[in-house]
Formats: sequence, structure tokens, C-alpha cells
Amino acid sequence: MNAMLNKKAKPKTSAKPGRAKPKVAVWKFASCDGCQLSLLSCEDELLDVVGEIQIAYFLEATSAKIEGPYDISLVEGSITTEHDAKRIRKIREQSKALITIGACATSGGIQALRNFADVNAYTRAVYARPDYIHTLKTSSPIQDHVPVDYELRGCPINKMQLLEVINATLNGRTPNISHVSQCIECKRRGTVCLMVVKGIPCLGPVTHAGCGNICPTTDRGCFGCFGPSEAANGASLARQLERLGMSKREIRDFFRSYNANAVAFRETSEIYD
Amino acid sequence: MTQSQKSVQQALPEGTVVRVGPDGLEALVALLKQVGYTTIGPTVKDDAVVYQEINTTKDFPIGWADDQDGGTYRLVQGTKGAFFDYLVGPTSPKRYFFPPQNKLWGASKEQGHFEVEKPAEEAPSYAFIGVRSCELRAIIVQDRVFGFAREDQHDKGIFSDPYYVERRKKSLIIAVNCRRAGKTCFCVSMGGDPHVRHGEGFDLALTEIMEGSQHHFLIEVGSERGGLILALLPFEAAKDQDLVARKTQAEKARGQMGRTMVADVNPLLKNNLTHSRWEDVASRCLSCANCTMVCPTCFCSNVEERTDLTGDHTERWRTWDSCFSIDYSYIHGGPIRKETKSRYRQWMTHKLSSWWDQFGLSGCVGCGRCITWCPVGIDITQEAAAIKKSEECQT
Amino acid sequence: MTKQSSCKGNCRCYTAETGPMVPRPFKVVEIWKELADTFSMRLEPLDGCPAFFAPGQFNMLYVFGVGEVPISVSGDAAQSGEILHTTRIVGNVTKAMSAFKPGMTVGLRGPFGTRWPLDVADGKDLVFVAGGIGLAPLRPAIYQAFADRHRYGNIVILVGARTPEDMLYAKELARWKSRFDLDVQVTVDHATGNWQGRVGFVTKLIASGGFDPKNTVAYTCGPEIMMRTTIKALNDRGVTNDHIYVSMERSMKCAVGFCGHCQWGPEFICRDGPVYRFDQIAKSFNIEEL
Repeated sequence: MNAMLNKKAKPKTSAKPGRAKPKVAVWKFASCDGCQLSLLSCEDELLDVVGEIQIAYFLEATSAKIEGPYDISLVEGSITTEHDAKRIRKIREQSKALITIGACATSGGIQALRNFADVNAYTRAVYARPDYIHTLKTSSPIQDHVPVDYELRGCPINKMQLLEVINATLNGRTPNISHVSQCIECKRRGTVCLMVVKGIPCLGPVTHAGCGNICPTTDRGCFGCFGPSEAANGASLARQLERLGMSKREIRDFFRSYNANAVAFRETSEIYD
Repeated sequence: MTQSQKSVQQALPEGTVVRVGPDGLEALVALLKQVGYTTIGPTVKDDAVVYQEINTTKDFPIGWADDQDGGTYRLVQGTKGAFFDYLVGPTSPKRYFFPPQNKLWGASKEQGHFEVEKPAEEAPSYAFIGVRSCELRAIIVQDRVFGFAREDQHDKGIFSDPYYVERRKKSLIIAVNCRRAGKTCFCVSMGGDPHVRHGEGFDLALTEIMEGSQHHFLIEVGSERGGLILALLPFEAAKDQDLVARKTQAEKARGQMGRTMVADVNPLLKNNLTHSRWEDVASRCLSCANCTMVCPTCFCSNVEERTDLTGDHTERWRTWDSCFSIDYSYIHGGPIRKETKSRYRQWMTHKLSSWWDQFGLSGCVGCGRCITWCPVGIDITQEAAAIKKSEECQT
Repeated sequence: MTKQSSCKGNCRCYTAETGPMVPRPFKVVEIWKELADTFSMRLEPLDGCPAFFAPGQFNMLYVFGVGEVPISVSGDAAQSGEILHTTRIVGNVTKAMSAFKPGMTVGLRGPFGTRWPLDVADGKDLVFVAGGIGLAPLRPAIYQAFADRHRYGNIVILVGARTPEDMLYAKELARWKSRFDLDVQVTVDHATGNWQGRVGFVTKLIASGGFDPKNTVAYTCGPEIMMRTTIKALNDRGVTNDHIYVSMERSMKCAVGFCGHCQWGPEFICRDGPVYRFDQIAKSFNIEEL
């Protein structure tokens, strides 16, 4: 089941006056580390964050390790091996709140393109000794393996959203993160619709808001790196993309990128397979 | 305007029509700025005409027109030199009275208590130039929602929003009559008109007249404040032929309406809340909320709690929300409107039908934005017509 | 914290300056647990303005740094100066509120909405049908009925809960049961422990309730599905829809008609509701996802 829809799940730690610093761990699975870097690129805010939390495990930033259990686990990456499937279950056991960050962790990532192909054929083609490679047939999101308390979308995630989840968790409130379409973000900001004005193909109407409106403000159509919005109607948008002149193959590939395995995108791409 | 200016200058009475050239309009913009208004007007940005702060008539979309249809908007060459040949764009004055986000109040915490801080920000005085008749009526619609000039009705459960009311009170509205109508326009069938009417709340109303090499504007006074401003400008009296030209222009625009809303749409929708057309439109609707974002009357909002990391300070912010969001109807246990068909039905029936029950007028002014800016071109007039047609088939 | 107020005592304390979205500070006088997931708070204004409400109305309660939620008032409207709320923990705001200690400050806007109209029931039998937490918004109306006991015929109070552990105000219900001028019946969907009482849905009690259907006004609050069956059972007994009042619940962000969230057909539940005479909303009530 798609835990992205489970948006009412709340971080389970609660902030108290004179509160203890929550222990935060950052874990990596199959991914490029880009989302973890978002935390480090919080420059202006990082010191404030570090003042309020205790970094217990974050190999990208420090080799120091503090034993679990952890108040918050931020999990980056998807599950692609049997070993990782076991590891995430252990992390879940040690974590009060488990927050997945990024397209890999929330939908399986770009590596989930393997889900549409034969992974053994790939392994044979790429590796000299394919028998050394132990990998699962699919790349799957974390919520396919363990319960997830909150999901942050994006490739990479938006650092302001990450800060918002940490902030909300510290203060015991619900994060101000909306699951509506990218269009709402464009319109609030006053970004003129590229698709209506120029006929530029855009996945914005079916894509989860939160990136900060990056592509449409730089004259590019949204390519869906935040994955599907809560009520995405991919099939209807795809028909409009056809009217704008995209070929069937282009439409399939448009929906099949960083969030290829997310249900609404996968189902739409399969119509055009 | 200062008191001394007021006392020297006699306001031109309401209904007065005068004539100025393009330089007269330039003088008007300059005067508005001089007396302290933030001047908001149409300008070309990212291939569309939007409202933005302008400093001179040179910022206007001079010579541009637009070609709009379901899901498409293109800037095209209009009448050379015309200031107002375009029609409504993706924005409306709404975002100045009811912005996409605004702070309601803040508070600081001290030992189990908190102290509310009122926003210190002073409301700007906006002068809007180029407000269309449909936009004017949209402002009247939102006035009812946010309790503008209804402060005395609190005991009836009608509240006033101070943020809206303050900005609205201080604003000056210079309307412009439409020279033409577009393919997505249907104001006439919503009881409106491409030319403004008295009582619709404009301070001044412009009519752009271009005949041969002639280019001038008629300015009509709609309020005392408008009359005072106009009295400060050089102008000549409107000629009879100007008034004839204005009338002809209005009739032409009226006849050009690209779309028509079916008659009696309010009871029609009330009687068809379980119609199969809702399923049909849901198969096309992206649930992306563009229609609600561009609509000049949509007023739904969310209220967010924004804390600092330490939890010592917090702010309450109001943000644009949409009935197309699933969260919008969320109560513990789940959302009420789970399906797109229910959310589309909420939007359309509210706009065209239940608005009458709530506010005594239509929530739709026929501006056509929801049709143009729907990425897949869903057409509210067609949806209503389809329901109407099926009813006729049954009888 | 306490401030001199400019109000003369008859205002609703929404000044034009602060507007209707700014809460008033209230002190938590007392807070206690009612059930595993339900608590009550007694509140007192800190701004020198009076606190008041009518049975059926609700307040927006605000927790600093967490947020705001609509909660119906469940105390006695005749007890001037204090406001009592009974709240179930369903989200972050109610969870944070449950951890409040006496002396802490909570924000309050209100009261909002329509009331349970008892004046329409003069000389008639009263029937209150509550499901679960639905007893909380009904209790002020029940108190009012007690205060004017002589004005009514029979008073029937029917209360249902999922299990005995979910029975709200159980001690108070026991006290009411011992009164001779009331007919109080309680039931649970599922018996647990040593529950000796009735088992079954509360709506089953309507058929045998001691009231004259032709001369009765009924008030019901609970989950929509429960109210639906309650109305049917009342109709089956002969109580007509214009003698039935219900309290509706929808999402609310402002409570003053600005945010749009509580719309239900033409209704803004925050100001046209939450209490409705059923015949006036029967059509909307039967449309799914309206």
C-alpha cells in the first residue's frame, strides 16, 4: 500500500518545555546521498537545528555513533537487496519516528526502472561476474517493508520541508506540508502556467507540491521529481500531453523517471507501454 | 490625498464623463503615485498579462491582445498602440486583498502562557488600474465573504476580516470597459456586462477609443473619491460621438461572448447532485486546483501554525486552500470528499448554486479563467449544459 | 497576562482591531481524565471579559505552537464565568491539550454556531440520544432541561458507547439514573469486564422509550451513521423530522465563515450549524460526500 497517502501519520515524539534533545539518526539505502546533503546544505539553519537535536548517527556528516534507540530516523534510499530489507526492519525497531526522505525512499527512485525490466539480463550485461551480484528483482520504497510515520518527497528533497518536519516534530505539531498539486504552488507564487501559455509539457498538475516551484519558474515543465500528488489523474493529463504533440513513448518516459514506481505514475506509464 | 487639496478641489460628480489622451492617462498614474497609492495594473510577464505594480502607462501591455480557449492562452498582436486590448489574465485583484498567504498574528511563549502580538504591518493603499467589469463584480462577491461594510452584522454570525477590510477600504479602483470579448468569456449569461455599471463599486471607469489615428480615453466618475482625483487632472469634455462609440463598443463586446452559461443553473445543479456527469468530469479532472486558484471569487483558506525551532515564538498564517485538496474536508477518521467527483461537484455547485444561498449572489462572474487555465480545458459552461441537456432528454 | 478590557460585558470580544481570528487567553482551572482517550478542562477568561455560551455551541481552542481545533462546550451554561470542554484525543492539538496543567493558558475564540433549541419543546417530552463523545455537546442542553424541569413532560436520555470503558460521564449518568423524573438508559455495543447493563445499539432503545412521539422533541449527537439510524428509529415511532435536531461535524479552520472548510451544501456548519432541525437538512444528509 502506498504510505504516501497516509499523510495524517504524525511524528511520534512530543516536545515539552525544557525539552530533551531528540536523538536523530540518518540512514542510507540505495540512493545517491543527495537528500542527506540537503540536510547539510541547511547552512543558515543547520546550527539552530543542531542546537535542538542530537545527531546520533549520520555517516555523511560525522563518524561518531551513538547507540539507539532513536527518536527520529531519517531514511534515504530504496530497498534493493535482501540485506537492506533486513536492515530497515532493525532500524524501524530502534526508531520512535521513521521519516523517509526523497524519491528513492518514498517510491523506489530512478533505480526502480529495473521493475519494468529483467534485472538478471542487466546484471549479465554489466558485470563480469554476475554470480557475485545479489540483488532483488525490484527497487521498492521503504513503506513496502516497514511502517513509515512521515514521507518527504523529492529528488532531492526540499531542505525547507526537511526543516519543517524537524521543527514540527520538535514542537509536537502537524507539519505544514501539503499533498496537493504543484499547480497550487505555481499559482500562489504567481508563476504563469507554461503548459497553458506555451504548450510546454508539464507534470505539475499531477505532481506533489513542495519543491519550491523550481522548474516552472525557470521555464521548464515539471518532470515530477516529487512524485504523484494525492489525487493525481495521470491518464487525463497524458491525453492532454498527446494533444500537445508528445509521442506515446515520450509520454511513457515522462511518467517513468525518478518516481517510476509510484502507483499513479506507474499506472499511467503502463498505458503507454 | 491631503485635506488642503480636497478643500480647494471640487469633486466631479458621479456619472461625469470626460475625455483624455494617452498622456492624460499617464498623468493619472503619476498623480496616483504622487498622492501615495501603490499603483497596480496590467503588464506582460512570462507571456501573459498579469497584475503587478506599475509605474507608468508604458508598463501596460501596449499593442498586445490574447487568444484564449479551454486550456490555452496565447498573447497575440492586438490593435497597435492599444493599452487595453487584452482580456483577463491568470491573476486578479484578489491577490492583493486576499493574498496567497498572510500572517494573522504571532505570539511568544512564557512559562505556560503566551502573549499575542498583533501584526504591525500597515495596509498599503492600492490603486488598481484596468479592472474589468467581471473583476469588479468578483470584488463585490468577496466583499460579502470577508464582511466588507458588514461590520454591523456580527450578531448575525457575519464577521469581518480586518486584513481584507483594511486593504479594501483604502483601495481605489479604476475600471476599464472591455473593447471585445474572448472565447472563454460568458459574463453576460452570468448577469454581467463587458462594460461596468454604476453601483458596482468603481471609482473611475475608462473606455479606450481608437478610431483611425485617434487614441483617447473616456473617464467616467463612479465615486466621490474618483471625482476628486479626476478633478486634479487636465481633461476635455466628452463629445457625443465618444459616447456613441462607447455604446457601440459595449454592444460589440456583448455580442462576442465565446461561451454561455445555461439559464437557471442554480436550481439545475441543486436537482442534480447525484448526476452521472460528475463521474464523467472526474475522469478528466486532474484535481490540480488551478480553477480555484485563478478564480477571482474563490476564498477558501487554510490556517497554519508556524513555530520557530525553539518553540518560543509562533505565527498563525492564512494560505490559499482549495476544495480540490483532500485535506480540505478532513475530519478525524478521514476526508469527507474522498472522490474527485465529489470535490468537483463541491466546487461547481458552490460557485453556481449554493453561493446564492450563502451570500445572495452567484459565485461565478463569467470571467472564464477556470476554462482557460484548466490544463485539460474542462469547461464549466459545458458541464452545466451537459446536465441541462440530460434533464431535457428525460422530460 | 490579565488585562483590562474595554468591553462592557455584552460583547463577543471580537474587536475590529484584533478581528475574529485572534484568540482570547483562558486559564486552565482544572483538567481531568474522563476516559482513556478523553479529558475535560474547566477554563476561565484571563482578559476580564465574560465567558458565556449557549448549549450546542462550540469554541475554537488554541494551543500555543501546535494549532487550533473546534470543540463543543459541554458544561452548564447557567454557571457563569467558566467554560467546560470535554475533548477526545484525535490529533496533535488535542494531544497537546491533554497534557495541560492547571494554571496554563489556552487560547479561545467563540462561542460559535447555533444552539440546541429547548424553547421549541415547551410542554413536550424531550428525548436526548447520544453516541460516544456525542454526549458532551448534548450535556449543556440536558442541564438546561433539568433547570427548567417543570416546562417539559417526560425526559428520556439514551446513551450508547462502544464498550463500558468508552462510557462518557458514567458517574453522572448513574446519578441521573437514580432520579425519578428522568428515564435514563445506557447501552454498549460490546460488553466487556463485568458489565451488567444493556448490550446493543443505542438506536434500539428508541422503540421502547417512554415518550409520546406525537408530542416529542428529539436531540441527537454522535457519529453520522448513528444519527442516521436514530432518525430512522424516531421516524418509525412517529417523531417527525421537524421535531428532531442533530449536531453536524465538519473540518473547520476559522469558525467565522472565511475558510470554507465546513461547507456542506449551502451550509457553513460553523455559523448555520452545528445544530440543525433535521427536516431542513434532510436532503443534504442523504447525499454521499457532499
